[in-house]
Amino acid sequence: MESVLKINDLSRTYQSGSASLTVLKDVSFELMKGDSVSIVGPSGSGKTTLLGLSAGLDTPSTGSVELCGHPLSSLSEDDRARVRNEHVGFVFQSFRLIPTLTALENVMVPSELRGEKNAKEEAVRLLNEVGLRERHGHYPTQLSGGEQQRVALARAFINKPNILFADEPTGNLDSDTGDTIVDILFRLNETAGTTLVLVTHDMDLASRTERIIRLKGGEMVETASPSLASTHE
Amino acid sequence: MSRELNQQHSAIPSSKVGLKWIMSFAWRDSRGSRTKLALFVSSMVLGVAALVAINSFGDNLQATVDAESRTLLGADLSFESSKPFSDDVEAIIDSLGGRQSRRTSFSSMAYFTGSDATRLATVRGHESGFPYYGTIETDPPEASTAYLEEGGALVDGTLMVQYDVQVGDSVRIGNVTYPISGKLIQTPRESAAIMLFSPRIYVPLARIDTTLLATGSRADYEVYFRFDDNRNADAIVDDLEDRLRPERVGTDTVSEEREGWNEALTNLYRFLGLVGFVALILGSLGVASSIHVYVRQRIQTVAVLRCYGASSWQTFGVYLLQAAGMGLIGAVAGSGVGIGLQTVIPIILRDFLPVDVEFFISWSAVLLGSSIGLGVTLLFALLPLFSVRSIPPLAALRIEYAEGSSKRSLSWWVLISLVGIFVTILAVLQAPSPAFGLGYAGVLLVVFLLLAGIARLVIHLLRRRGPSNVSYVIRQGIANLYRPQNQTLMMVVSLGLGTFLVSTMLLSEQTLLGQIDFASSNEQPNLVFYDIQPYQIDQVAEIVELQEMPVIDQVPIVTMRISSVNGETVESMRADTTRQTSWAHRREYRSTYRDYLTESETLIEGEFVGVFSGDGPIPVSVERDVATQLEVEVGDTIVFNVQGVEMTTRVASLRMVDWRNMQTNFFIVFPTGPIDSAPAFHVLMTRAQDERQSAVLQSAVVRAHPNVSSIDVSVVLSVFEAIFSRIAFVVRFMALFSVITGLIVLSGSVMISRFQRMEESVLLKTLGASRKAVLQIMAVEYFTLGLISSVTGLIFSFGAGWAISRFVFDSALIIPYGSIALILITVISLTILIGLVNSRGVYERQALDVLRNET
Repeated sequence: MESVLKINDLSRTYQSGSASLTVLKDVSFELMKGDSVSIVGPSGSGKTTLLGLSAGLDTPSTGSVELCGHPLSSLSEDDRARVRNEHVGFVFQSFRLIPTLTALENVMVPSELRGEKNAKEEAVRLLNEVGLRERHGHYPTQLSGGEQQRVALARAFINKPNILFADEPTGNLDSDTGDTIVDILFRLNETAGTTLVLVTHDMDLASRTERIIRLKGGEMVETASPSLASTHE
Repeated sequence: MSRELNQQHSAIPSSKVGLKWIMSFAWRDSRGSRTKLALFVSSMVLGVAALVAINSFGDNLQATVDAESRTLLGADLSFESSKPFSDDVEAIIDSLGGRQSRRTSFSSMAYFTGSDATRLATVRGHESGFPYYGTIETDPPEASTAYLEEGGALVDGTLMVQYDVQVGDSVRIGNVTYPISGKLIQTPRESAAIMLFSPRIYVPLARIDTTLLATGSRADYEVYFRFDDNRNADAIVDDLEDRLRPERVGTDTVSEEREGWNEALTNLYRFLGLVGFVALILGSLGVASSIHVYVRQRIQTVAVLRCYGASSWQTFGVYLLQAAGMGLIGAVAGSGVGIGLQTVIPIILRDFLPVDVEFFISWSAVLLGSSIGLGVTLLFALLPLFSVRSIPPLAALRIEYAEGSSKRSLSWWVLISLVGIFVTILAVLQAPSPAFGLGYAGVLLVVFLLLAGIARLVIHLLRRRGPSNVSYVIRQGIANLYRPQNQTLMMVVSLGLGTFLVSTMLLSEQTLLGQIDFASSNEQPNLVFYDIQPYQIDQVAEIVELQEMPVIDQVPIVTMRISSVNGETVESMRADTTRQTSWAHRREYRSTYRDYLTESETLIEGEFVGVFSGDGPIPVSVERDVATQLEVEVGDTIVFNVQGVEMTTRVASLRMVDWRNMQTNFFIVFPTGPIDSAPAFHVLMTRAQDERQSAVLQSAVVRAHPNVSSIDVSVVLSVFEAIFSRIAFVVRFMALFSVITGLIVLSGSVMISRFQRMEESVLLKTLGASRKAVLQIMAVEYFTLGLISSVTGLIFSFGAGWAISRFVFDSALIIPYGSIALILITVISLTILIGLVNSRGVYERQALDVLRNET
């Protein structure tokens, strides 16, 4: 099995004047191709910080991240962006669709940034797959929350990413819509063989991944399979 | 399937995104914001329009002057002297040959016999021939030559209207009466503004009353040449310079005349360009401010693009391209408006132009104006656009990560320095002189910084010490001024600058007019008779007293020139090309002799000697500013040529003179004794109670003594008012661009913060606020903004007005409180009006609409 994400002694400290705040401390784990993991923990436990560092959106204070063979600490901001473009997909809690682009154009963006020629065909296929066949030309404000998140899912998978980072993908949705989105997410993930990193408060959702990493006060207090993980936060 | 990892572990993939994607994304991203972007653009349109119009007009003017330069002089060459040409000069004139035409000009009272009115005028005695190029425009046209044959006069049009004089009436100048052959419309070398200062009357040279040219009276003697053999007039002047200079004969050629007009007119239109330049800077600041807010609204988009692999330069490129597109549209629109405006400028400047300017579109000016507009807009836009580069991808997860450090980066400082340098270079290029441009850019920078500083201070003070014991509506309205993403700074700068410009103009105008008013007030003399010969002085005084008017002052005047200063002759100074002589060295002095100081004089150094003892050099008193120009101090020696007699003097004292006093004030005052017997004329001053009394006295004096001239202060006042109102109109017209730009920037600022207002309005509405309360909150906000901006602008204008009155007019600042209050009320009302008009519909929006429409 090939390593997709390798985290070693990762810490992140924020400086505010003379005071410093450590939000993540000595976290280490490794994910192989096709793995799925949930990061759970109470608010302020460092879940989103860990996701940001893992995806190369931020740089750690100490420790290292190796994403798809690229040691992120040694890369510039723009090089990290190119690594993301090549290997990473994102799903955000509040969808983060570009409001001035149609659903189809939103899905095409990662592909366009790669200079792909058949971006439109693939985007159409993915939108159809997530059930938005009739909504290609709609703008985000013309779509419901669930529809927006489907567009976001299609966008996340268009580049056939090696790893997908999902930050509370159902956090802004009602439970029925959330369930539908999660089903689509796992279906696409399975088809593409993508490694999945899921940040969530929802233990039901977390239980659908192979592993759960529990954070508390910035420290990794537990890593286990869902059946063995503690159910309380 | 996900991509194979083995391929990826090697090198970082290179970016495949080119300009095409950046352009395509920039276009798509602008959807829904194009109207907003158009509004940003509109704030720079007027600035570009002003530059294009002024520069294109300047090119028109240059071309016209070049094409009609012979017409401007009316001949190939002219000689001019303030005394009749000497025999040597006459010999030179004879030797030059060609066609020649003489002209003698002097100031004299014109007495219109029909209306029994008198007016000081510049009389020009002409021979036939002049002008050899171009024409004298008259009504009727044939009068331009007929007056010479008929022995008639051509009278300035405004004078004829003023005194209700018709062609066919008579005018008496000195002892000669002329039938009026026609009305003067346009003459070579003279613009309408010059005519206003001193109206012209043309008469045949052979018929002028030569007694008016008595010794001591000022007159100009000219001869105009036309060479049909294409001789080079400039070469002739070069050859003759050494012979003519000692004779104090001035020369003028077509090229000198052209250069003179070009320089004067270039200065004029460049000055106007600078006034319009403020509008461009203000508009660009508006663009920068709008882009700042626009970019903040795009943080999520940029963060998502960064997450998906766009580099910081690519996202920066997207918004730079949008700004460039806006700038380009603004430059094109501004150029269009500018071309339209160009047709209006000759009408506005009509009174200051010696020629009818031919209209054509100067594409170089259009290109220059639009390039400058585009360049300035882009430079100012770069400041907020730079922040796009620092939006981290992490902001897609949490927006608070987008709040970067408040510290300015090195590149930001480099950029702001570039903006400063670019603006300074533009000002220097646009200004009449580099020093003027530098000063202008400096003043502009100081005013901008002060306004921005005041805005920041106000925001700080309101946040810290805002009113707490007032109603919610007032508290909320004032709190809006310091909430996040407020536009307070931009609005204070734009509105403050507009107020500053308008108010400074008003204060300058009032101070200048007030200065003249001072002269006509109190018990100051308001009627001055001069050119009175010694034998006439008692008779003129008698006429004045017969009219029951006081003889306030009666002063002898002796004309003289400076021969040398501290042993160095003025001739040698002028011949030395390495040094410059000042006007004080070259001028003809009209000095007096007396043994006392007047009320308007203050002794500042040395001892005032009233009576000459007869020993040593003559002790004279020199006015402070002239002493500075001549570089003399107490004890220095000046030799005067008093109508052919050299007189050695010693600077015994320096005086400060209050020139506003309508007394006869002098640069040089001699003690009694040494020049008492020199040929002199006298000045007599009196005070008339009203216009009628003044007119009766002037008529009586002119009838008895036609050579005596008079100045009525009320006429001077009205001439100054007329001249100043025309200048003020032109400057106000250009300042209007800044004011309108300020209002557009204000509209833009309100529009771009509209969504935030809607959110607030929805929240307030949800919490139970009525429509009236929401409107009142906005009204309080705009009232406070208008108040702060206008008061700040007014205070700065008082400072500028004081500086202008102190250093330009040398007088006290006059504040017209009524007009200032009107400016205050107008700015506040306009701010409230524009604010509320642009916020209309805010209350009516449904909460869901607002929350879903976050673009």
